[in-house]
Amino acid sequence: MMLDQYATEYAAARARRPSDEPAALARTRDEALDRFMALGFPTTRDEEWRFTSVAPIADQAFALAAPDTDARHAGILPFRFGDAFSAELVFVNGQYAPALSTVPALPAGAQVGSLAAYIAGHASGVEGHLAQVASFDRRAFVALNTALFADGAYIQIPAHAVLDKPIHVAFISTGAANGRPAMSHPRVLVVLGDNSQASIVETYAGQAGTRYFTNVVTEAVLGSHAVLDHYRLQHESRGAYHVGAMCVNAGRSANCASHSISLGGALVRNDVLAVLAGEGVECTLNGLYLADGRRFVDNHTTIDHAMPHCGSREIYKGILADRARGVFNGKIIVRPDAQKTDAKQTNRALLLSEDAQVNSKPELEIFANDVKCTHGAAVGQLDEDAVFYLRSRGLGLTEARHMLIHAFLGDVLHRMPLVPIRHGVEAVLERQLAQALAAAA
Amino acid sequence: MLTVRNLHARVAGRDILKGIDLSVRFGEVHAIMGPNGSGKSTLARVLAGHPEYEVTAGEVTFEGEDLLAMDPETRARVGVFMAFQYPVEIPGVNNAYFLKTALNTVRKHRGKEELDAMEFLTLVRERMKQLDMDEAFLNRPVNEGFSGGEKKRNEIFQMAVLEPRLAVLDETDSGLDIDALRVVADGVNAMRSADRAFLVVTHYQRLLTYIVPDVVHVLSEGRIVRSGDKSLALELEDKGYGWLEEPVGKP
Repeated sequence: MMLDQYATEYAAARARRPSDEPAALARTRDEALDRFMALGFPTTRDEEWRFTSVAPIADQAFALAAPDTDARHAGILPFRFGDAFSAELVFVNGQYAPALSTVPALPAGAQVGSLAAYIAGHASGVEGHLAQVASFDRRAFVALNTALFADGAYIQIPAHAVLDKPIHVAFISTGAANGRPAMSHPRVLVVLGDNSQASIVETYAGQAGTRYFTNVVTEAVLGSHAVLDHYRLQHESRGAYHVGAMCVNAGRSANCASHSISLGGALVRNDVLAVLAGEGVECTLNGLYLADGRRFVDNHTTIDHAMPHCGSREIYKGILADRARGVFNGKIIVRPDAQKTDAKQTNRALLLSEDAQVNSKPELEIFANDVKCTHGAAVGQLDEDAVFYLRSRGLGLTEARHMLIHAFLGDVLHRMPLVPIRHGVEAVLERQLAQALAAAA
Repeated sequence: MLTVRNLHARVAGRDILKGIDLSVRFGEVHAIMGPNGSGKSTLARVLAGHPEYEVTAGEVTFEGEDLLAMDPETRARVGVFMAFQYPVEIPGVNNAYFLKTALNTVRKHRGKEELDAMEFLTLVRERMKQLDMDEAFLNRPVNEGFSGGEKKRNEIFQMAVLEPRLAVLDETDSGLDIDALRVVADGVNAMRSADRAFLVVTHYQRLLTYIVPDVVHVLSEGRIVRSGDKSLALELEDKGYGWLEEPVGKP
């Protein structure tokens, strides 16, 4: 086992930590490391990881990524949104890069910046939230992140404040550290006060052709009537390992949307966990993934209806080409108190080759009796009759397939309110699909 | 413009066409009639290049070119159009977007300027008017949720926009009420011209009172067993297809 190296990395990271890191956080980190060492990396014997072997991650000796704030790294970013966005926080190898970031004036009382800097300046400021929503008790990767995170974004919007433009949080990886593949454990903490509203976009990218490991945890706490529109655009290098958790706790009548878009990475696991902790929460989970070659993408989602009168709408769609593999597991829990729950889940995958594969499983755990829960799953190939129909009108084979794939993804894309994101994603999809279709032809 | 010689074709392991000979000139309308299973629709699909139909012998030339060597999109671009018997529903693909892409692909191939959004809209509005179609049509997904009549009308509308040299109508009359049939026939008649030809595949004579053919062919068991002028269609209407079961025209 390679676990010992994590204890070594942890000891080194601990020694480097700022001396003013709050004692409570230091304790939490120690506990998290102990928990990780006890749990070890999950195996396929673990129900939550049945189809996904993380051996390629477990078997490698990753080193904590070194800080590197060279301005040229900004060129790695596939998505820049310019004036359409307000703040842009850029992190290189998990460390905040102020020179690459811009933080314009924000509503009074709002905090948008480096999490590490915030913790250093406000000893008790994050105690009530950090590691509260993302429990590491049974999640090895969350435990590892909690022990090892160096930095990340802290976004706190006071009650009644509304951000009129989205915030972009970008994580760039440059690859190796001391001759070993690098790992970083970014942490994002979002706290939205009552009646506040924000759109937040996280993007992940890496130097092309490099192999590294990103293990991110985002925690979001939504006060009552708060509105969060959250995007995670994963466009890592094709050799990268990406494990990400997005954990939301939504208060009364809050509205939370999570859009998870996975375009890169060799081995990818995304977990989205939404706890609808107050009455009348509206929750949207959107997922879109594309994998080709021998890449592997696993999406696990959990919507926990803990209170009555909450609605959830979930659509995940994926495209798998070549020998790519996908996993979807969508759990919906309806607790005994959660009467009048209205939950709908749809999950579809399109296989562009005979060798592509997907394992898909809805999981409904319903303990209340007056609820509406539906789910549908479908795996299929492109409709050959439709392809012929389009070709018979003059469209080329590739163009016809392209048009049908876009139609397949249409509803997921249109459920993303941020137009620049939609365009950015479409542009990347365009390029990747062109390659995948050319390879298939 | 279209010459079919000794065409044999099969689908799903069954031989359907067993030696079709046919010659169509510019300006002509040919009707292909015949009982169910005679190979009418197979002929239409083979001409359009449907990938499930395999040509086992024979040749087809279109304006001197080997049609069978072309993929379906090339056939469309050089001017062969098939109105589908069962138009395919394509959820998520907007009718206008699809048709504009198709039209510009075809125009580009024919060395014409591509149309911009305004020019395209002007053209399709005019064509829709001729076919008595609602403009809301344009923003609906291709054929999705269309009634049978709407689907057929949409086929003729596409034909009117794409302006093919050879239009193959595969049982475009089936399922149409008399009003819709008239609209469709008017659309076809408006497009008849000296530099265009039609192959009208139909089971019934009814359509041919509105689209008057120059030549009528009767297909039976994969061969053309009789050809004649429009009076042949009327004769079939009287006598039915029963007489074909006698060994007429077989070697």
